Amino acid sequence: MKIDFEHCPGAHCENGVTVNMLRFYGIRISEPMVLGIGAGLFFSYMPFIHLHGLPVFSFRPLPGDIFARVMKRLHIKVHSRRFLNKDKSMKALDKLLERGIPVGNVVGVFFLPYFPKEYRFHFNAHNICVVGKENGIYTVSDPVSLVLNGLKYDELKRVRFARGTYPPFGKMYWVEKIPTTTPDLKSGIISGIKLNCKRMLDIPIPYFGIKGIYLLARNVRKWEKRYGVKNAALRLAQVIRMLEEIGTGGAGFRYMYAAFMQEVSDVLQKPEFRNFSTQMTQIGDLWRDFAYEAARKFKNRGENICSYDKLADKLVHIADEEKRFFTSLRQSIE
Amino acid sequence: MKVEEVPQDVGYLKDSNLRDIYYALDDSGSYCQVASIGWQPRTEALSLVWEHISEEADEIRQDVLQGKKSPLAYHMKIRLFDAGIMASYSGISKKTVKKHLQPTEFERLDDMFLQKYADILSMEVEELKKV
Repeated sequence: MKIDFEHCPGAHCENGVTVNMLRFYGIRISEPMVLGIGAGLFFSYMPFIHLHGLPVFSFRPLPGDIFARVMKRLHIKVHSRRFLNKDKSMKALDKLLERGIPVGNVVGVFFLPYFPKEYRFHFNAHNICVVGKENGIYTVSDPVSLVLNGLKYDELKRVRFARGTYPPFGKMYWVEKIPTTTPDLKSGIISGIKLNCKRMLDIPIPYFGIKGIYLLARNVRKWEKRYGVKNAALRLAQVIRMLEEIGTGGAGFRYMYAAFMQEVSDVLQKPEFRNFSTQMTQIGDLWRDFAYEAARKFKNRGENICSYDKLADKLVHIADEEKRFFTSLRQSIE
Repeated sequence: MKVEEVPQDVGYLKDSNLRDIYYALDDSGSYCQVASIGWQPRTEALSLVWEHISEEADEIRQDVLQGKKSPLAYHMKIRLFDAGIMASYSGISKKTVKKHLQPTEFERLDDMFLQKYADILSMEVEELKKV
């Protein structure tokens, strides 16, 4: 059986699944709106956690947070479940599909056959939406893909039970009940923005939000001395990968957030949010410029290559701008 | 970033149906979605990571040929498995997996046991025995 599901590509997997699922239930909101309501703009740098020998950088909140926040703020009841038994998890999935319910799944990308080989890392927080099953082949709506993809029973089982860091344990989620009234976007937007400001400005430990960017800037200056040319280059490449990795909409969600600001100005009818959008676009441009210069640095290409100190200065500038942005955004919303 | 500035540098996404979706400004100054096939700095970041992995794998390959490490170590490396990930997939303890990275211990394993590793790395047992 195949559910009549409109697949629209999105920048990010989790936002994209949320958008497509909501559209299936007749709620049409855009991906930037999902990002904004879900307070999805973030920065974290955790030098003490290592993955594949490199520290963890991230431009988004924990996987699952955006979906959960959006559904909560739109008063939509969702259900999610994890499994220990692989076959049981597949049966539970089939049952939901028979009832015509699209089911979100958290999967690992390493064994995902339609991903290019170079993108397959042991990353276990990718989101897809299963929307049908015919002759043992599951139809899968993956927002980062332009079209629907097919996965065999064994392939889907394997990615749902990927192992390694944060194994998904066949996690699946679906919409149980939607409210009869049209959702109130305004209150969702306001609490989304408030939470986002709080997360960027107020977390008291130095690894998250603006403080995280300052910390990264301080550390970048020491990288070459401390870790050697090669490892420093790898670290820098890792930042760029996370910043521009498939699914950020450019510049680590900054452009998407700028698009959100534009929509907010229309929904709340506050023209000043157009200014915020412009500011955020400029911040996005600064991140892109940083990425461009960083790539020249680790590839050692061309003349006038930035030193690590210069790159750190760029980060400090970005952090200053973001601090200014979120401080004035908070003032305008209160 | 404007729509016409969205990079279209052909990279690893070339042969897949995956695309990067960018949010960019159109002529009227409103944001819209633009699909991109890649951006050079990012492709370079990814290729640097892969270069590094293949360098490390080559070193391990030399070690295997000199009898310092087992072929399992090489096959795990090119598939980005470390002992922890392998342990978590196979249910074998991390300590035992590490033991099997040594050639002497590896040679003692029978085909039944090797099949377990081979299945997880999606390869044949015979391939697993050589580099």
